Amino acid sequence: MPLGAYLTLAALVFAIGLFGVLTRRNAVGILLGIELMLNAVNINLVAFGRFHADLGGTIFSLFTISITVAEVAVGLAIVIVIFRVRRTIEADHLDLLRG
Amino acid sequence: MSAHVGAAPLALLVLGLPFASFLLLALARPVRRSAPAAATVSIGAITVSLLAAVLTIVTAVARPPRQSPSTTWWWIPADGGPMATVGVMVDDLSMWMLLLVTFVSLLVQVYSWAYLHDEPRASLGRYYAYHSLFAFSMLGLVLAPSFIQMFIFWELVGLCSYLLIGFWYDRPSAARAAVKAFWITKLGDLGFVAGIVMLWAVAGTFDFWTLFRMGAAGSLPADMLPPIMFLIYLGAVGKSAQFPLHVWLPDAMEGPTPVSALIHAATMVTAGVFMVTRAFPLFQLVPDVLTLIAWVGAGTALLAASMACVEDDIKRVLAYSTISQLGYMMAAAGAGAPDAGFLHLLVHGVFKALLFLGAGIVIHVFHTNDVFRMGGLRGHPRLWLPFLVATLALAGVPPLPGFFTKEAVLAGVFEGHLGWPFLMLALTAFLTAFYMFRVVFLTFFVRPHHAGHAHHHVPWLMTAVAWVLAVVTLAMGAQQAWHHQAEGPGWLPGVSVALAAAGIGLAWVMYQRPLVDPARMAAALRPIDWMARRRYGLDALFAGLYRVGLLAFSRLVGWIDRYLVDGVVNVLSAWTLRAGDRLRGLQSGQPQDYVYGIALGALLLFVIAQWRMR
Repeated sequence: MPLGAYLTLAALVFAIGLFGVLTRRNAVGILLGIELMLNAVNINLVAFGRFHADLGGTIFSLFTISITVAEVAVGLAIVIVIFRVRRTIEADHLDLLRG
Repeated sequence: MSAHVGAAPLALLVLGLPFASFLLLALARPVRRSAPAAATVSIGAITVSLLAAVLTIVTAVARPPRQSPSTTWWWIPADGGPMATVGVMVDDLSMWMLLLVTFVSLLVQVYSWAYLHDEPRASLGRYYAYHSLFAFSMLGLVLAPSFIQMFIFWELVGLCSYLLIGFWYDRPSAARAAVKAFWITKLGDLGFVAGIVMLWAVAGTFDFWTLFRMGAAGSLPADMLPPIMFLIYLGAVGKSAQFPLHVWLPDAMEGPTPVSALIHAATMVTAGVFMVTRAFPLFQLVPDVLTLIAWVGAGTALLAASMACVEDDIKRVLAYSTISQLGYMMAAAGAGAPDAGFLHLLVHGVFKALLFLGAGIVIHVFHTNDVFRMGGLRGHPRLWLPFLVATLALAGVPPLPGFFTKEAVLAGVFEGHLGWPFLMLALTAFLTAFYMFRVVFLTFFVRPHHAGHAHHHVPWLMTAVAWVLAVVTLAMGAQQAWHHQAEGPGWLPGVSVALAAAGIGLAWVMYQRPLVDPARMAAALRPIDWMARRRYGLDALFAGLYRVGLLAFSRLVGWIDRYLVDGVVNVLSAWTLRAGDRLRGLQSGQPQDYVYGIALGALLLFVIAQWRMR
């Protein structure tokens, strides 16, 4: 398959993830969207690595995945704490920084 | 007078002692708050100063004509020569002034101790501090070797005058008089400083001696000199109360009487005359300005004398006579006889101080300034004899010093071919004798119609000072008579004596032996009387200028400040507030909105980057 197909897939996944981040009202949904965007990046890294016959891209994506895991863990922990304090994880209600 | 030069260190000692006394009184609060300590410090300093001044004159040596009498030091060092120098110029002129200033200052400070004995003890310290500062300033002024140093001390002297006129600052009239004196003299000083700077621009130096040599060599530009010297003369007009800036001096009588004696009669007001005398080699180069000085001086003398004739306040009569005599000195300088004017300045300083201190004694006796509520002191010659001596001196009766110096002034003006000024000054001499004897008769001899309560106990210190001054006046007269050589036309002494005698006689028949009713006399001279009583409208003119001109200008500036400047600032701040209020909606506090903004921004950057690459 040509490189363009992978890149198109990655772009689609990125756009879907961004759409999720922007539209989801649930904090967990927003985190899911962020995951999708990061994985779109991973697809790009692997695709370019393959295309250039360079293992660097693949290895880099492994790093990204592991860091993503840590990020999700921290993110979910924050969500749980917010839920304990505010009894909600609806993003619309979390506007303490409103000007 | 052959030229002499005195020792600079001695002159610095004369100058430094009053300053040290002022610093001590200003900084050491316990000394200032205790009246005897303050008086001791101040009087002690001025006494030593007087001794040093005498020593300066005694030890002065003859000066070769081409050698400078100034000792100067660098003040502001700069590449290519100092920006300005400070120093002392100890020639005959300044040495005699040192003697006059320290002598009169000492006597006045001693007299003040008795005169102001009822003052609060604490404010006496302030009084003596001002006196020390004044002595320092005036001595610095006469010793100044350059225009710029003279100007600095000139302003200090003005400040002291302001402080001492307003010594009783809780009296509204005194506070107003102090401000008026400050304002009016500043008007003249404006011209003075402008003239100095312009002179520097054309000559490149402030130094008197250098300027004199340049003037003698003809290296000063002849076209620029008249306006420059006119501006410098304006400073003297303000300080020496020449027409039309004389209006501050009568009001300055709101200060304590010893202050009037020292500052507004004997020393400070002579600063202008001294300056013109000092800078005479420069004024000499501009005959037009000299003629103007002579005319203004003679006019001032006559005008002030006419106003003195209708004044009832004894101190104001003396103030007008001071203005009148300053006019004499200026007229002499303007006619090209500055030595005669300066000599008149010296002797006038002594007997005018005596007149004021004598007036202080009668004010102490009667508790009023009104001459019509005084009188009946014939049995107390202790009180009136010194005053009479000074009055005779001022009226120009031989062999008192005023006669000789006044005659020298008249001779100088006559030989300067100034016909009208000469006649004006001669008429002034007649009026001077008249109004001074009017005061003497009313104050001491005539029984008052409605006598106030008089108490004849006068502190011995006050009369002692008056007697010392009277003796000095007599001594100066004897000295003048000894060394006098007649100048001018031979008929002049006779005319002078006749004028003085006529004035005295008129005063005698009007007030002492009432053969002529003063009211009918006033009616006969109605227009002059009417105008003189209204002070020729000059006070009203200045007050009007102040109200109309200055206040209108202030209102305009106030309006601009309130509506234009404040308006711009207020509009800007209101807009900022409103814009902030609108923009705060952007900060929703929702992370998703921010991410939306980031995404759109990234997209925009992406599109721009693509478009640029094409």
